[in-house]
Amino acid sequence: MEGQHAMNASVDIRSVSKSFGAVHALDQVSLSVAPGETLALLGHNGAGKTTLFRILLGFIAPDGGEAQIGGLEAGSRQARRMISYLPENVAFPKTLTGREVVELYAALKGVAKSEAGQALEKVGLGEAASRCCGTYSKGMRQRLGLAQAIVGSPGILLLDEPTSGLDPLSRQDFYQLIADLAGRGTAVLLSSHGLSELEARASRVAILRKGKLVADGPLGNLQRDARLPTRIRVKTAPADVETLHREFGGRRINGASVEVTCDPDEKMAILAAIHQRPGAIADIELIPPSLDEVYRHYSACEPGKEVRS
Amino acid sequence: MNALLAIARTEARLGFRNSWVLLSTVILTLFAVLLVLLGSGASGQVDAPLLSVSIASLSTLSVYLIPLIALLLSFDAIAGEIDRGTLQLVLATPIPRWQLLAGKFLGHLAVLSIAIIVSSGIAAALAIALDDQGGAQPLGDLAALTATSILLGAVFIAIGYVASASVRQTGTAAALAVGIWLAAVVLYDLALLGGLLASGEGVFARSVFPWLLLVNPADAFRLFNMSATDASLAQAGLGSVSGSPLAQGAWVLASPVAWTLAAILFAVVLLRRVRP
Ligand SMILES: Nc1ncnc2c1ncn2[C@@H]1O[C@H](COP(=O)(O)OP(=O)(O)O)[C@@H](O)[C@H]1O
Ligand SMILES: [Mg+2]
Repeated sequence: MEGQHAMNASVDIRSVSKSFGAVHALDQVSLSVAPGETLALLGHNGAGKTTLFRILLGFIAPDGGEAQIGGLEAGSRQARRMISYLPENVAFPKTLTGREVVELYAALKGVAKSEAGQALEKVGLGEAASRCCGTYSKGMRQRLGLAQAIVGSPGILLLDEPTSGLDPLSRQDFYQLIADLAGRGTAVLLSSHGLSELEARASRVAILRKGKLVADGPLGNLQRDARLPTRIRVKTAPADVETLHREFGGRRINGASVEVTCDPDEKMAILAAIHQRPGAIADIELIPPSLDEVYRHYSACEPGKEVRS
Repeated sequence: MNALLAIARTEARLGFRNSWVLLSTVILTLFAVLLVLLGSGASGQVDAPLLSVSIASLSTLSVYLIPLIALLLSFDAIAGEIDRGTLQLVLATPIPRWQLLAGKFLGHLAVLSIAIIVSSGIAAALAIALDDQGGAQPLGDLAALTATSILLGAVFIAIGYVASASVRQTGTAAALAVGIWLAAVVLYDLALLGGLLASGEGVFARSVFPWLLLVNPADAFRLFNMSATDASLAQAGLGSVSGSPLAQGAWVLASPVAWTLAAILFAVVLLRRVRP
């Protein structure tokens, strides 16, 4: 029983609330992650991300609502068999080697020892596995935590800010690894500070703001629904800049370009109009709203909607 | 069960790597050798094998040192893992909490046992080598001292877990551990001695005092190992119990055994309430 991989398990959170004194860490949050899906949970510090993980692990009980893992009560031993967790801050004993750390967690999860080596290879710690983890860099320690989490291919991966210590390159490797696991049916729930860290790799994005779920959907939908303006940057001959600017508005840049800001719907019409006007167009650059802007749109605090200050 | 053993193995490994094994072995051996040498200097006056004399003084020493080492080994067990964030990781796996504690207990006990066995082995070898009287050596007493020292260690390892599971900070757990050591090993005996002096040959001395001694696992250990040697009884000023039936027999050890079990159970209850 212990050695089985619990594949095809899902995470279900239904109207979960949790308060710490006057702080509403989670307020009626409903979320689900299906097998093979990667859900990125975003939010500022204090938005309630870690609290949600702790509820899913059964460390704390919600004040209201329920959290289920593969249809089982969160925190039960059966539920924990399906889960692997990587906490936000973890410091492994410095005198243990990377391999010893992963082998320990393999044993705790009832997974064969031999899988420890594979997990270490996958996160790129194969070479360093026999060194004490006290000698690891921050990024390597983060990857060791990840190796511990993926050992034995768990059915559900809960990762609390897994990319925070990683440089952009390791971050890409990390998302590749997650994509591989998700491709084999693992449900992944990971938290992050911002959208830009995701490298557009999550199949779905949920955003928490002060304990409330303010967005949940595929990244494309969030971008569309935010209705943030797109910028069109037109490069032309210096002599033409003036007329272009008079016709389309916007602002001039460097005396050779004009930048027009428009709603997503107007974009095609404006492009067509620019295309048809006389005069040489050297280049047209389309700048969609950045992920950071989209994230800020959802996570920014609107005065009046606040539950607490 | 694999999970429990994996925890035990890791704790033992950490004991070696963090020099706990080395340090506690060196400290115990140093003191033990010193006592043997002191005993050999005075052996002219005592008509007993040097090993007997050494066992008596070793047992007095162990009452102080072993609980201290045991508490230092274990006070960090839960609070430290909360501090470092590893408790969340361990408790996210399917291992039941009692197995986590039992695994740590086995590992820590192994570390302490190695230190105790090595140090008493070295001390005994020295005592036998220095003994000029010849004759039979009290090897049974030596084995009993070693085994009961391990039991004494077990008690305080378990009590250390109680301290560790009742607070969230390592520093607080450390302070608690030192307090427990002071109370159980030093202050308790002082209080008893004071009571004894105050009451003279009254009811306290005859019927309450022996039980109070027994209740404290450190004193029970002392009683057990002293019943062999009257000399050390007089030394410690606890002679009044020597005639009592309480002082005889292995069942004195029921006290430390009960303490170990109770403390581990209590620590498990506390650990169940910990929110990592
Ligand atoms: N054990 C706790 N006691 C009191 N307040 C807490 C506790 N845990 C979390 N909080 C509060 O709940 C809110 C959400 O915290 P957390 O879930 O850690 O946020 P995040 O992980 O998104 O940064 C914060 O305001 C935090 O201060
Ligand atoms: Mg957090």
